[in-house]
Amino acid sequence: MDTQEGACLPKLSRVAVCGGTHGNELSGVYLIKELMKRRREADDEEQPILVLSNPRAAQQCLRYIEVDLNRCFSHDALNAPLSDSAPYEVIRSREINAVLGPKGSADSVDFICDLHNTTANMGLCFISCSDSDWISLHIFKHLQLCIPDIPMRYLHFDLSHDEAYSLDSVGKHGFAMEVGPQPHGVVRSNVYTTMKTALELVLHWIRLFNCGTVFEGGPVDVFTLVKHVDYPRDCSTHDIVAAIHPLLQDKDFCLLNPGDPVFQTFSGETITYNGSESLYPFFINECAYYEKGIAFSLSRKSRVNVPSLRANRDQSR
Amino acid sequence: MSSYNNNSVRLNAATKVAVFGGTHGNEMSGVTLVNLWMKNSNEIQRKGVETKPFITNPKAVEKCTRYVDTDLNRAFTAENLSAPGGESLPYEVWRAQEINNMFGPKGSPEAYDVIFDLHNTTSNMGCTLILESSKDHFNLQMMNYIKKALAPASCLVLLNEHPLLKYSTSRSVAKHPVGLEVGPQPQGVLRSNIFDSMRVIIKHALDFIELFNEDVEFPPCTVEVFRVLERVDYPRDANGNIIAMVHPNLQDCDWEPLNPGDPMFQTFDGKTIHYQGPGTVYPTFINEAAYYEKQQAFVTTKRETLVASAVKKS
Repeated sequence: MDTQEGACLPKLSRVAVCGGTHGNELSGVYLIKELMKRRREADDEEQPILVLSNPRAAQQCLRYIEVDLNRCFSHDALNAPLSDSAPYEVIRSREINAVLGPKGSADSVDFICDLHNTTANMGLCFISCSDSDWISLHIFKHLQLCIPDIPMRYLHFDLSHDEAYSLDSVGKHGFAMEVGPQPHGVVRSNVYTTMKTALELVLHWIRLFNCGTVFEGGPVDVFTLVKHVDYPRDCSTHDIVAAIHPLLQDKDFCLLNPGDPVFQTFSGETITYNGSESLYPFFINECAYYEKGIAFSLSRKSRVNVPSLRANRDQSR
Repeated sequence: MSSYNNNSVRLNAATKVAVFGGTHGNEMSGVTLVNLWMKNSNEIQRKGVETKPFITNPKAVEKCTRYVDTDLNRAFTAENLSAPGGESLPYEVWRAQEINNMFGPKGSPEAYDVIFDLHNTTSNMGCTLILESSKDHFNLQMMNYIKKALAPASCLVLLNEHPLLKYSTSRSVAKHPVGLEVGPQPQGVLRSNIFDSMRVIIKHALDFIELFNEDVEFPPCTVEVFRVLERVDYPRDANGNIIAMVHPNLQDCDWEPLNPGDPMFQTFDGKTIHYQGPGTVYPTFINEAAYYEKQQAFVTTKRETLVASAVKKS
């Protein structure tokens, strides 16, 4: 409910942190395991629910065993009949939905932070299906204030809550926290530390929020997905015939203008961006997206005016 | 013109040369280059040499994975190469036998003269040539030639002659095996700059072979190498789980000196573990993804200067 002074939202009583949704994104895998280990050593009730989302994939250091777990959580996918031969990740998504959801119901957790890594040079990103989830946006503002030296962006995929397919959409609020660049199957200490610091700040914000802190509103730049761009491919074999151009490689969130180089063919020719609008690229050369037909994605930047926010004093739900 | 002395090595022309890609199916520079050359091999042909591009592990390439059953680049042991069982063997063991038949037999006069095996690493190793024997003067001269051709860009030589750490590579079926390792590049990813670097190294290597075959004598030279000393694993708990990461001060510092007392690992809760060795070493293969399962966070090396004899076609 919004008042003239700002927004009021219910406290975030049930919070979940998930890692290893992709089993080879190791900062999240190791961070979740470290948190679970510390939980066993220090019995602390005020802690979030910790989930190792895809344990079989984590054990084998693979993104997934049969299908991408982080595409299994749309309303339709979660409610489709389950066959006997359902893939491992589909079964796992139902288990996670039972524990953290059911998605869309009053029983779902209040907040999910799902930990990811990318091979793209994206720094720290929040990925959300909403550009008006004041909780997520305020958390983002809080991190910008506390760790201003870390490049961070708020990415918005414009999907309804029902259509959103990622694990973080099971909760009432939430986002994926993506940190890169890190090769899959590797943990880089600087990336792990960034993720750990950011997560601690997320949980810190939630404690402050639940204690009644009023968070001042303000503008937040949001990058909204416009489209994906695939590699140029051979018509018959479908093999890629060019790589990301050296001038685009690692330039996530640097404005891409019409005519800028985007690909370099194996015979050395440059292919340029032929869109009509300057857009911000991201997920440039993400390993896992070759099979999804994505060389990079393009976004539009807009400014969202986030109202001030505090928790409801009345806890009836 | 040419000097005949004890330091001169005479060798037959190198007429059978191969370029291997996809020995690890997710190391994309080699996969892409070899696929390109299999469609059109003009770029890699030289006078008097038949250079064959070849995908060594097609099943792993198809799945974009390092290997299917077992690491092909460890599979060329004498035991594996003579193991009975045909197609019921682990895929890579069977494949090693096939490759040995096509490009070997390893150790025989019919074996290929030179095999270049293209690899990528997640480590910040830049361009690295891997040498398997300090007495291979042909390879030493070739590596010297490549280094000079690439200068001022760096290309270092890693020598793995360690009795225990040396492994049976796919290229080892040839008389002169040459490993090319270029990084950093994530597995499954193709980076243009890394791809271009590897392509240029092969160009210079083949130029050397062409010159050699045309009777050019390469005079004695010295080659700086980094000799593998030992493998250092991640700290682990009693269950074998990794409990620390490569320290930020060591991450990406391949080939730089690591001194006793320098930070080496950082535990997941932020404590530093220091290097306790007896002297300065030069670490490499720092934080290579594929080596977590091989119990290796990095290898230590020492710097050495090898003397290469003059080399000429006989």
